[in-house]
Amino acid sequence: MAYFAQQAVNAISLGFLYALIALGYTMVYGVLTMINFAHGDLFMLGAFICLLLVTFSPIALPFPILLVLVMLIIGGLGGLIERLAYRPLRDAPRVSAVITALGCGLVISNTTLSISPYSRAMPEVFNDQYFNVFGVGISTLQMLIIGVSLALMIGLDALIQKSRFGMALRAVAFDARSAPLMGISVNRIISLTFLIGTGLGGAAGMLYGMAFPVISASMGVLVGWKAFIAAVIGGIGNIRGAVLGGFILGTVEIFSVATLPSTYRDLISYSLLLVILIFKPYGILGRAPNIKV
Amino acid sequence: MNDVLLQVKDLTVSYGDIPAVKGISFHVQRGEIFTLIGANGAGKSSTLRAISGLMHYGGMVTFDGHELCGIPADRVVARGLAQVPEGRGIFGNLTVLENLRLGAWLRRDRQGIREDIEKILESLPRLKERLRQSAGTLSGGEQQMLAIGRALMSRAKMLLLDEPSMGLAPKLVADIYATLREIHAAGTTILLVEQNANLALRLAHRAAVMETGAITLSGDSVALLASPEVQRAYLGA
Repeated sequence: MAYFAQQAVNAISLGFLYALIALGYTMVYGVLTMINFAHGDLFMLGAFICLLLVTFSPIALPFPILLVLVMLIIGGLGGLIERLAYRPLRDAPRVSAVITALGCGLVISNTTLSISPYSRAMPEVFNDQYFNVFGVGISTLQMLIIGVSLALMIGLDALIQKSRFGMALRAVAFDARSAPLMGISVNRIISLTFLIGTGLGGAAGMLYGMAFPVISASMGVLVGWKAFIAAVIGGIGNIRGAVLGGFILGTVEIFSVATLPSTYRDLISYSLLLVILIFKPYGILGRAPNIKV
Repeated sequence: MNDVLLQVKDLTVSYGDIPAVKGISFHVQRGEIFTLIGANGAGKSSTLRAISGLMHYGGMVTFDGHELCGIPADRVVARGLAQVPEGRGIFGNLTVLENLRLGAWLRRDRQGIREDIEKILESLPRLKERLRQSAGTLSGGEQQMLAIGRALMSRAKMLLLDEPSMGLAPKLVADIYATLREIHAAGTTILLVEQNANLALRLAHRAAVMETGAITLSGDSVALLASPEVQRAYLGA
């Protein structure tokens, strides 16, 4: 029982991380119907930026400041990529945008690789402690991951459902051709969406780097793909779906590793994607797109 | 009445190599209802989309003394031109109230926005009951009303309407036209695009007939309604 509870704690913290990354995929898809394949690499960069900040800062930066800086830097970079690489292709065939996104991802991961060819150890950002709650071990870090992710998700949900920006974001996602008739600058909304979505990915990268403290230039690929799977399982374009998908994937992974040989992990998560897509082609919370005539 | 609000000169619009509007000119005076009528594919919608800045175009569009060419759609609204697009362009995933609020996107006067919403709901009571409902659940007629109300929220000087009668039952169309009459009476200039020539000509002061991208007839709408060409081509007489 304690073993099960322990695995549940692990599943929840991993699920939160996948969900945070998946949110970036799904937000961008929501407004542009485009998969930002550079998102996984921006996630990776989040961990490296954190490493750089911790290494080169003359004073020890506290965790909240680090988190905000990483989110701003990665979010800004995401916004810049949108402006320079994706926007000129807004009206081009989808394939061009997808290839460009893959290209941006390769540039980011290979630039990182050329600067840091070997894996690096993530320094400890704060003193991690281990608590024993009814026989279940939970670390400060795990609590932090859960707390920060939860706060970011609640914040995002409030932003989308309650704010002026969120209202415009939902309008653009529904019908980007009518939105300008309201006076909404669609470009500005898309830029902000990229900024927020990739900023969340950067935060996830930093938290992931702290939880699994060996970081490498290639870590964005596998984790990025998995978060993408999480977004698709939940129904891409659907914010709550991304969170749900992240949790399903986190749970499935942790429990498959806990009960089966760990090498089966990826086989099982990718198979899950296939099975879900057979029965729910638009994901669990996704809906078939409105075909406009 | 010599106060021109909208002046369109030699307007051309094309989709790739295919011309949709071939150099048309017309003007709308402040306070009048002007209608562009014509069959499907005549270039009426393209004309409206060009004026609103949704499409690139050639020629000159001047609104309230300012040249509009090259100004993106989201800034044309700020000049006081609001379009009710073809197919209504309602944001179905947003509530009715949110749709109305989006119509006032560029305004910052919270008090005024609240008052305008009240005023619009008073004249459109069916929307009031459905304020918190998502707009996608409304019927076609209600959606059209919402689209018009939303456009009014910008406090536009001029309303551009693209086939507000499309796909609606005659009773609902009559309601919509009654609403347009009220809006006009309250001081808004209207440019109406319609396939339903009979209805549009009865509402408008002046009109132009479009055929394959060009204006073939124009003038006083009462005269047009009586003209043998319009009678034959559009009214089935």
